[in-house]
Amino acid sequence: MAKVKGAIKVDVEKCKGCGLCVVACPSKVIDLAREVNGKGYNYAYMANPDACIGCANCAIVCPDSVIEVYKVKAEMA
Amino acid sequence: MAEYKLMKGNEVIAEAAIRCGCDAYFGYPITPQSEILETLTLRQPWLETGMVVLQAESEVAAINMVYGGAACGKKVMTSSSSPGISLKQEGITYLAGAELPCLVVNVVRGGPGLGTIQPAQSDYFQSVKGGGHGDYKLIVLAPASVQEMNDFVDLGFELAFKYRNPALILSDGVIGQMMEKVKLSPVKPRWTNEEVIKLNGSWATTGKTADRPRNVATSLELDSARQEQFNHKLQAKYKEIQEKEVRFEKIACDDAEYLFVAYGSSSRICQKAIDLAREKGIKVGLLRPITLFPYPTKAIQEMAEKVKGILAVEMSAGQMVEDVRLAVNGKVKVEHFGRFGGMIPSPNEVVKALEDLIIKG
Amino acid sequence: MSDIKDIIKDENLVYKKTKVLTDNVMHYCPGCSHGVVHKLVAEVIEEMGIQEKTIGISPVGCSVLAYNYLDIDWQEAAHGRAPALATAVNRLHPEKYVFTYQGDGDLASIGTAEIMHACNRGENIVVIFINNAIYGMTGGQMAPTTLEGMKTATSPYGRDIKLNGHPLIITELIAQLPGTSYVTRQAVHTPAAVRKCKKAIRKAFENIGQKKGTSFVEVVSTCNSGWKLSPVKSNEWMVENMFPVYKPGDLKDE
Repeated sequence: MAKVKGAIKVDVEKCKGCGLCVVACPSKVIDLAREVNGKGYNYAYMANPDACIGCANCAIVCPDSVIEVYKVKAEMA
Repeated sequence: MAEYKLMKGNEVIAEAAIRCGCDAYFGYPITPQSEILETLTLRQPWLETGMVVLQAESEVAAINMVYGGAACGKKVMTSSSSPGISLKQEGITYLAGAELPCLVVNVVRGGPGLGTIQPAQSDYFQSVKGGGHGDYKLIVLAPASVQEMNDFVDLGFELAFKYRNPALILSDGVIGQMMEKVKLSPVKPRWTNEEVIKLNGSWATTGKTADRPRNVATSLELDSARQEQFNHKLQAKYKEIQEKEVRFEKIACDDAEYLFVAYGSSSRICQKAIDLAREKGIKVGLLRPITLFPYPTKAIQEMAEKVKGILAVEMSAGQMVEDVRLAVNGKVKVEHFGRFGGMIPSPNEVVKALEDLIIKG
Repeated sequence: MSDIKDIIKDENLVYKKTKVLTDNVMHYCPGCSHGVVHKLVAEVIEEMGIQEKTIGISPVGCSVLAYNYLDIDWQEAAHGRAPALATAVNRLHPEKYVFTYQGDGDLASIGTAEIMHACNRGENIVVIFINNAIYGMTGGQMAPTTLEGMKTATSPYGRDIKLNGHPLIITELIAQLPGTSYVTRQAVHTPAAVRKCKKAIRKAFENIGQKKGTSFVEVVSTCNSGWKLSPVKSNEWMVENMFPVYKPGDLKDE
């Protein structure tokens, strides 16, 4: 049985930490980092990467287009 | 074969626009220049050359349509009369700030406010000293005949594109409404889109292709240091225009002891006044500025060395006279004579003013 | 279980920034709807393959610098006059895809005459109207679309109808004009809303190709800085307060 696995790549320095991706994610993958980027924003990151399904909701709502989404169909172990 | 016609000044603006390959006219009716839009809509140049003619919802919209068309690198114009030109000032300063070439025609009527529909020359300050906000200049052409109404349409576009700057034909209700014989310009085709890209592709919004960065028509630069640099660039352009594009005419100046300085319809009245004065033994000549910006400052300076006094004749309460005084710089007496509010001085009144204000005064 | 490094590979990429967006960092506040709508317009331009044929007209207001973000030719208009510029470009270049991008102050206050007449003439253009009920650029003053009772820098005690008149629901007026073929009100507060809004923008641009006249897409938006709420709370406030007045949905589709 195939399971969809996703991952996101955040352009950390361009992220403004608005948090819209956090609430858009249906799998509660994303959180804002405790650390800040060069502009002082708590940037988005995958706090719970295993749950990502690569649905791209986070990237779709991102006002700064800083999220790339990747997806694979992995065989269940 | 030259084509001669008897036409109104306003009508000939429309005819000249079609003949010089103008791409679009956007206007709004106002007396005493509505014949321009009327002639264009009657002529239907869109069937002949593809020229766009559109009656806008306001003067404000019309000048901004000019901005849109000019930013495409096309030959675009508008016309109005004084109150309408006031409304266009915002658009004109944006055009100057975005360095967009276009042609604006002002067939001046008396003001201030709604004023009168009769001719005046009281928009001189507005035309040459600013009008809108910021440090900018228009190239200002002052026709004194229906023939020059014809000629200055093509010249206005030529200068506007040469310097990427709005050009203004500063006419008045006399020149706009009177009929004279005019030699029409030969017909030039409109630029094709390919020609526009070749001529203006470095700045015009013709559609961003892979081989060039995007073109943006804007007057915005929020970085003050860069805005200052841009202003320096504009000033250098205006200086070049002042060095290269001054145009004026001298009439009966060789033996003149006195001088009229007058443009547009006032210069026509002064020509008659010269005849009347000379019958009385007063040797007076005329210097007629054809470009009001750039102003023929040097030519007036030179005449100030030769004459005993200068009378600036304008259909205003005294506007251009300030530039005459700046040019003369106290060398000889300079006075102003004008009728205004829609009144036109007679040649006899002008001669009397010369006698009273300059010769006896 | 796959390692993240095994997933983040070019061949697995499913979503990335469109090439029509430049690499410039947008000047908008964190969470601003402008960024989302810019992206949607850019994606539609890329997907339709019309980058070389598109001319954008940017307004005065927060999106005055839109020309820094979409890699197309742009004209920056005086406040409210974008539809006049678009009219000229459309008339001189009927083959081009011309759109204006305007905020509520630009379109529904100072530029009311220009938008009404451009739509009434049925200019073959797209109008993107961002309505966040406030002036963002100048620091949160009252807009024509500010809601009754809503506090802004120039209605510090809340918009008083007796003093300031009613919120101008301009899109309904626009839909009355025969020159418009498609008038819709969208939002970008959820992934589903963003997808729907993109479809609307795509349809609007396709209408240009079909010479259908004016297509008008209002996007009810947030201004979290002006509203003094977080981006997430702003979306909630918008649903609760803006949607009852500015109801999402198609007003006209001919």
